[in-house]
Amino acid sequence: MFPYKKYLRLDKFPHIWCSGCGCGIIMKAMLRAIERAKIQKDDVAIVSGIGCSSRTPGYLDFNTLHTHHGRAIAFATGLKLARPKLKVIVVTGDGDATAIGGNHFIHAARRNLDMTVILYNNYIYGMTGGQVSPTTPFGKKASTAPYGSAEPDFDISNLAIAAGASFVARSTCYHATHLDKLIEKALMKKGFSLIEVMTQCPTYYGRPNRLGNAVDMMMYYKENCIPIETAKKLSDEERRGKITIGVLHDIERPEFCEEYYKMVERVKAKSI
Amino acid sequence: MKPQKNIKLMTGNEACAEAAIVAGMRFFAGYPITPSSEIAEVLAKRLPEVGGIFIQMEDEIASMGAIIGASLAGLKSMTATSGPGFSLMQENIGYASMAEVPVVVVNVQRGGPSTGLPTLPSQADVMQARWGTHGDHPVIAVAPSTVQDTYEWTIKAFNYSEKYRVPVIILMDEIVGHLNEKIVIPEPGSIEIVNRLITTDPPEKYLPYKMTDDDIPPIAHYGTGYRFNVTGLSHDETGFPTNDPNKIDALYRRINRKIERYKNDIIYYITELLDDAEICLVAYGSSARSAKRAMHLARAENIKVGLFQPYVLWPFPYEVLRELSSRIKRFIVPEMNLGQIAHEVECATRTECIRVNRVDGSPITPQEILRSIKDVSL
Repeated sequence: MFPYKKYLRLDKFPHIWCSGCGCGIIMKAMLRAIERAKIQKDDVAIVSGIGCSSRTPGYLDFNTLHTHHGRAIAFATGLKLARPKLKVIVVTGDGDATAIGGNHFIHAARRNLDMTVILYNNYIYGMTGGQVSPTTPFGKKASTAPYGSAEPDFDISNLAIAAGASFVARSTCYHATHLDKLIEKALMKKGFSLIEVMTQCPTYYGRPNRLGNAVDMMMYYKENCIPIETAKKLSDEERRGKITIGVLHDIERPEFCEEYYKMVERVKAKSI
Repeated sequence: MKPQKNIKLMTGNEACAEAAIVAGMRFFAGYPITPSSEIAEVLAKRLPEVGGIFIQMEDEIASMGAIIGASLAGLKSMTATSGPGFSLMQENIGYASMAEVPVVVVNVQRGGPSTGLPTLPSQADVMQARWGTHGDHPVIAVAPSTVQDTYEWTIKAFNYSEKYRVPVIILMDEIVGHLNEKIVIPEPGSIEIVNRLITTDPPEKYLPYKMTDDDIPPIAHYGTGYRFNVTGLSHDETGFPTNDPNKIDALYRRINRKIERYKNDIIYYITELLDDAEICLVAYGSSARSAKRAMHLARAENIKVGLFQPYVLWPFPYEVLRELSSRIKRFIVPEMNLGQIAHEVECATRTECIRVNRVDGSPITPQEILRSIKDVSL
């Protein structure tokens, strides 16, 4: 049995998540990854915004910062630059990171600031009661899209790649052990890393769209995900309706925090 | 005569940036906006020289977020902006009030609302500085009127922020920000620098929002072995969200009380020629310069007029003005807005004051104020 208790603030339980929610699965995968990456608790800062995913840090025994809706990455930027030895993890959701916080998200990726963003993508605003989000698929229902969403949705991983992230990977709540390995890789990567986790919200996304219960929704991931290695061999037509999982992007780029401190050393040497 | 080496010619924006470094500020995040951009430009050059961090963020919301994050990690932090940017910062100014994070926010005021008058002065953000973010919240705002003031009050702004764990707003205006004038840089060591009180409790006993006798809980920094939680939600002493009415009430009352309780240590104003005055000019920021001139012009015509200049606008010096109102016949309030501080003066003095307002992007001239003085004294 993995020693989850070592990392939990047990007095904060029971958690607020609905039964069948994927948030706990992702939280546990993150803890396994932190343990394997051998990062000390004092050296981890978990920063979140507002939403179901963003309640994660409250349950975890690290340096934890629960900020405003969409702003986690902005707060995390100051935190990381001011104390570079901290391993900064941002936990966020599809609405938090790509609607209200979209600007911070793309610019952190562009700067390639060393942080790991774990994005719980459940296609919906869960905390506020099931409103349409930037990742709600076209035609799917939400409380503010009662006739089905008329908007195309974001591909968040592609957005991060285009914006300049060093490392981007996708997994799902069904693939929990696959997920923790990806998070571990992201934690070990210097630069901006994104783990997009496709997760189920049976309460607010599953129910209006008649997708069944949490198990049904997780089975969907089991049946419709393809590894990136396979996906690369398929045509666009063959990939349609499938979710590509695995390491989507892994490159070396200068990391902002390190580059900034190098510049400080150069400037200081000159001004002496 | 031996030239004094610490006399300089600089703008208010430059003085603000230099003073911030002297105050110990080592993290600046900002977004370009006229007429404040020179503060960022100076700090982009100066901060790396002293090992500090400068970052230009993607917007003002992010700038405020970044300085809060950096302050929680232990660095004195600041941002600078003007009206439209100040509007965007309100959200996270509320966070700093709620989570008691020391930060300094400079607002070099320009005309508004909206894009308004980017290159022209205004004092119309006085009320926004007090009530811009939602909810009952503590805040301190100061208003320098010269380059010298700007230097000194920037340092004091950091001191207040550190001491009371509260966001402090420096309400400059375009005139003060862009004015080039003489400044005497104080000798290092002659300036009081206050640093936040760091907890001495061991991590297992540390309560980030402890109900201490002085209402200001000692702080711990992220990454120093204290694994605590900070949230913008209503929280208890442990820093975790609570729905307990007693704990919520205690939190809101304490964070607001800490300013009310120490207001006599925070409030600062100067008076001139008020001993025999029948008329009192209440003026702040660059308008105080015109008021002072008007006062001397009026005195030359034997009109008994004096000046009350608050440097700290929030908390507002209601009691002092109330006391003054027992012997002052009329209060005249010149300000580059439609009467924001005038309203507070009336509230304090329970009398109707004379308003001298300009909102056309031009400074209020001494002659305009003099005319009002004469109208009253007739």
